[in-house]
Amino acid sequence: MATARDVITCILVSLTMAGAVPASAQTPAKLPVVATFSILADFARNAGGERIKVVALVGPDGDTHVYQPKPADAKELGAARLIVVNGLGLEGWIDRLIKASGAKAPVIVAAKGINPQKMREEGRIGLDPHAWQSIANAKIYVANIRDGLIATDPEGEAVYRANADNYLGKLDALEAEVKREIAKIPPVRRQIITTHDAFGYFGTAYGFRFIAPEGISTETEASARDVAKIIRQIKAQKIPAVFLENVTDPRLVRSIAAESSATVGGTLYSDALSPPNGPASTYIDMMHNNVRELAAALAN
Amino acid sequence: MPLHDLLIAPFAEFAFMRRALAGSIALAIAGPPLGVFLILRRMALTGDAMAHAILPGAALGYLAAGLSLGPMTIGGLAAGLIVAVGSGVVARTTILREDASLAAFYLISLALGVTIVSLRGSNIDLLHVLFGSVLALDDATLILLAAIASVTLAALAALYRPLVLETVDASFLASVSKSGGPVQIIFLALVVLNLVGGFHALGTLLAVGMMMLPAASARLITQDMTAMIGVAAAQGILAGYAGLIVSFHAGLPSGPLIILMAGLLYLLALVFGPAGGLLRRFKTGRHLEG
Repeated sequence: MATARDVITCILVSLTMAGAVPASAQTPAKLPVVATFSILADFARNAGGERIKVVALVGPDGDTHVYQPKPADAKELGAARLIVVNGLGLEGWIDRLIKASGAKAPVIVAAKGINPQKMREEGRIGLDPHAWQSIANAKIYVANIRDGLIATDPEGEAVYRANADNYLGKLDALEAEVKREIAKIPPVRRQIITTHDAFGYFGTAYGFRFIAPEGISTETEASARDVAKIIRQIKAQKIPAVFLENVTDPRLVRSIAAESSATVGGTLYSDALSPPNGPASTYIDMMHNNVRELAAALAN
Repeated sequence: MPLHDLLIAPFAEFAFMRRALAGSIALAIAGPPLGVFLILRRMALTGDAMAHAILPGAALGYLAAGLSLGPMTIGGLAAGLIVAVGSGVVARTTILREDASLAAFYLISLALGVTIVSLRGSNIDLLHVLFGSVLALDDATLILLAAIASVTLAALAALYRPLVLETVDASFLASVSKSGGPVQIIFLALVVLNLVGGFHALGTLLAVGMMMLPAASARLITQDMTAMIGVAAAQGILAGYAGLIVSFHAGLPSGPLIILMAGLLYLLALVFGPAGGLLRRFKTGRHLEG
């Protein structure tokens, strides 16, 4: 059995090498890092720079909650030297996948050390995994990933520290800008409806209320009561805008907006980045995009 | 809670509830009568197979244009018709019977559909394709559902005689008319059309429930063919209404609740149905003894 697997691995490796030879012939091999989804991969890319090669298991616009692992993902995990996960229960599938892939690389929990928020839905209370939506938490993510990289590849310590410091500086600037932009929106108008309850940390950090028709996970289907509650709430509290999100059913949001005469805002990105040509291909672009869309829908 | 608040207020207050009800009624008027014919022709599982068969077409439409009505409808119709005709051709030209070839076609179709949806990368959307969204019916979707119901009723009225004849005595129809073949094809096309409509509101998995459960239940309630069609449609409407009301008050997802209500009506008919329910069986036994 082992021989058959070795042969397959050999073939796969040689296929991979065949594609990679021209690039990697001159430069030293890059440290293979696997992140569970696109936002973590972006953090890792910024901290690791040229020394690492990052693969995201759940790509742009994918939903990490209900992800179906593919055999190629197990292969990536098996080859990885470092695995970056969010934690807080976001990736329910990752433990089994790591076990199945036989990966021996250390696993970095990027959300380690943040102050977790609870989210409740229909009486059930669980941890809210979307901690990266607060830039202060994003900085903790980056520090955790940096430390993980240094522990795995001590030779690169200086590079990782320099990269991370540079990126943390950008995140500081981003946070100041986000706060400045949001200060322009009148506080009473800082409440919106969005399909996916992923902005809890953003709301706490920047004084916004996000009300969602669906609960903690995109796995649950909305009931008539949930939709009715939201329409009543929009009318009663004069909530000015309803937002679509890149991972949930846009038809439901449109129907709510049509009935309550709230504005339909643009796309907010929460769980996944956009493809490279989209408006939110990096974490910083994502936050810019979200704040811009919020400001546009709520300004007057 | 006053009766008005319980049964009427949700629809009076919310347009989305009225739309969901209108959509369910449109589905219930046309689907269950087709289900009656499917059951009497021993093709009860054909509806299920066809519901899966429309998935790759709808998925291709979705891949091309996202969650939009037109492409997904046309794609679903095309895929359903290909599977219906294809399995018929295979059954007539090879050793495989109709049920086996249909099973083969729909399984291929289902796998193809899931694969195509996941090509888009965003796998949450598969759930919306599979489960539909009865609470988010817009004007275009409602018009489509109403149009499908109208076409189905008109076609059923026009084809009623040959369809009933073909159902109860196919060889007699064949001896007096050549309409058997075309009638069969039009009938299957109507089934596909209704499943595609139901797919927008209830999704591929549940659309067939609205067709078959009220029909099976009607079969237990009456022997009379015409009455059976009416009873089936009435039960579909009742299930749609009850499902939405329960979903509204209990906070449970609407699509599955509608089908569960149809299932509840079926279970009631199974026990109390005057034309073949369990209770009637026991009564008849005593009567014969006496």
